[in-house]
Amino acid sequence: MKRVYLDNNATTPCDPRVVEAMLPYFTEKFGNAASRSHPYGWEAEEAVDYAREQIATLIHADPKEIIFTSGATESDNLALKGVFDMYRKKGNHIITATTEHKAVLDTCKHLAEQGAEITYLKVNDKGLIDLAELEAAIKPTTILVSIMWANNETGVIQPVKEIGEICAKKGILFMSDATQAVGKIDVNPREMGIHLMAFTAHKMYGPKGVGALYVSRKNPRVKVTAQMDGGGHERGMRSGTLNVTGIVGFGKAAELARKEMDQDMARISKLRDRLETTLKNKLEEVYINGDPAHRMPHVTNMSFKHVEGEGLMMTFNQRMALSSGSACTSASLEPSYVLVALGLGDDLAHSSLRFSLGRFTTDEDIDIAIQSIEEGVNHMRSLSPIWEMYKEGVDLSQVTWSPH
Amino acid sequence: MAYSDKVLDHFKNPRNVGSLNKEAKNVGTGLVGAPECGDVMRLQIEVDEETGTIKDAKFKTFGCGSAIASSSLATEWLKGKTIDDALKIDNMDIVEELALPPVKIHCSVLAEDAIKAAIKDYQTKNGIVAEQTAEAAKA
Repeated sequence: MKRVYLDNNATTPCDPRVVEAMLPYFTEKFGNAASRSHPYGWEAEEAVDYAREQIATLIHADPKEIIFTSGATESDNLALKGVFDMYRKKGNHIITATTEHKAVLDTCKHLAEQGAEITYLKVNDKGLIDLAELEAAIKPTTILVSIMWANNETGVIQPVKEIGEICAKKGILFMSDATQAVGKIDVNPREMGIHLMAFTAHKMYGPKGVGALYVSRKNPRVKVTAQMDGGGHERGMRSGTLNVTGIVGFGKAAELARKEMDQDMARISKLRDRLETTLKNKLEEVYINGDPAHRMPHVTNMSFKHVEGEGLMMTFNQRMALSSGSACTSASLEPSYVLVALGLGDDLAHSSLRFSLGRFTTDEDIDIAIQSIEEGVNHMRSLSPIWEMYKEGVDLSQVTWSPH
Repeated sequence: MAYSDKVLDHFKNPRNVGSLNKEAKNVGTGLVGAPECGDVMRLQIEVDEETGTIKDAKFKTFGCGSAIASSSLATEWLKGKTIDDALKIDNMDIVEELALPPVKIHCSVLAEDAIKAAIKDYQTKNGIVAEQTAEAAKA
């Protein structure tokens, strides 16, 4: 049976051209990029320099502004903790948003235990922060604003340019987790006034285990305190032998993204739109979560009312991969905090599915997805007591439920 | 997380899906859970008033695969049982039968609650004092 993969926000497959570029660096070109005294080290260093350039070109940055890490989670940690440690004497206040990735939220929680004061901005029903609220939250002790470029669950794109302008006006550092945006849409941190930006290879058809932190080198020159001590690699900001093979793959992936992003995204957004439109036409009570006007072209997050997401996924998960906003596996039964932050009722949050398309998504994949979702939703609704009540005209808000 | 074969079987071929006439005097309906918790079960029993046994049971469930399997299994077990025996169904019996992992135990609890709620509804309708029956069940 053909399997369909629509979970590209979780991870993407490596592009075969990326794998091909990496292979020599496992075997004959295995040197340590920090070995300065022999050709093995030199060719590894050369490969890293080249990849750094490929990546810098993709984001319109200087190669010296790219710090390699193990992935976006480490980059987020390094940016937040590194800025807090470096600029603590200037202040302890950090502003972020409730819909950030856990790598940012949990790091902020950790910093709060170390004496940081954290403000969590709310988002509106479209998933966007309020710029006036951001500006009002800034105080003399504010050292950093951390707002993601694009949300992993909804694909909603924050007004990064306007946030950058506010931060520039107030002389505050702006960090952005751009994991879901880099390689998919044009990302230019300097133009947006971003000083630190986290991203990773495996969301853009590169390998897992390698990421980067963009750290601005001029206007202003930003420094972060290293969170890993050792050989002083990466300009002293991140020690540890470089993952040369991974970095080579990351570089190749960046080059391919730069060349193919426009045509890829034009095709993928058409597939996404067809998926959305067809499902909305075929099924009742389908809702799109997040602002359709400010959204990544490859993502749609949809709620199928009166159907529980995890159960729905079970109707097709042998042949189709995607994610649900319902976390019925946790003891607390909490639905997605991102969707709840958008003001979705818990019932709609439990009924949500995230589709994230990619470079290798085909027309046929979308046909299969449409058919699977239609059948799955109809099956689950035939089993759903609340769908039956809804069809009978019962006002569900007036029913006495027994929450557990 | 992988589901057990029994959960998959009940999920793919749920037994006794549907509705009974909730107005009928010999039908008891239990509606438990809440949409915001991600699961709602409605379980109904039809009691043979001559013999006091459950002659039919139906369910509808909004929830994950384990919740659907738990309620499907419950309806299978209820058919043919007396009210007293039905009250003895314990959520851990369901956990064991379906090999539910710890994070899914709440699904079995909900199924037990649904059984108890349906029986209580039937007893209320028919003026039976629930405590006595529960005592009898323990005895």
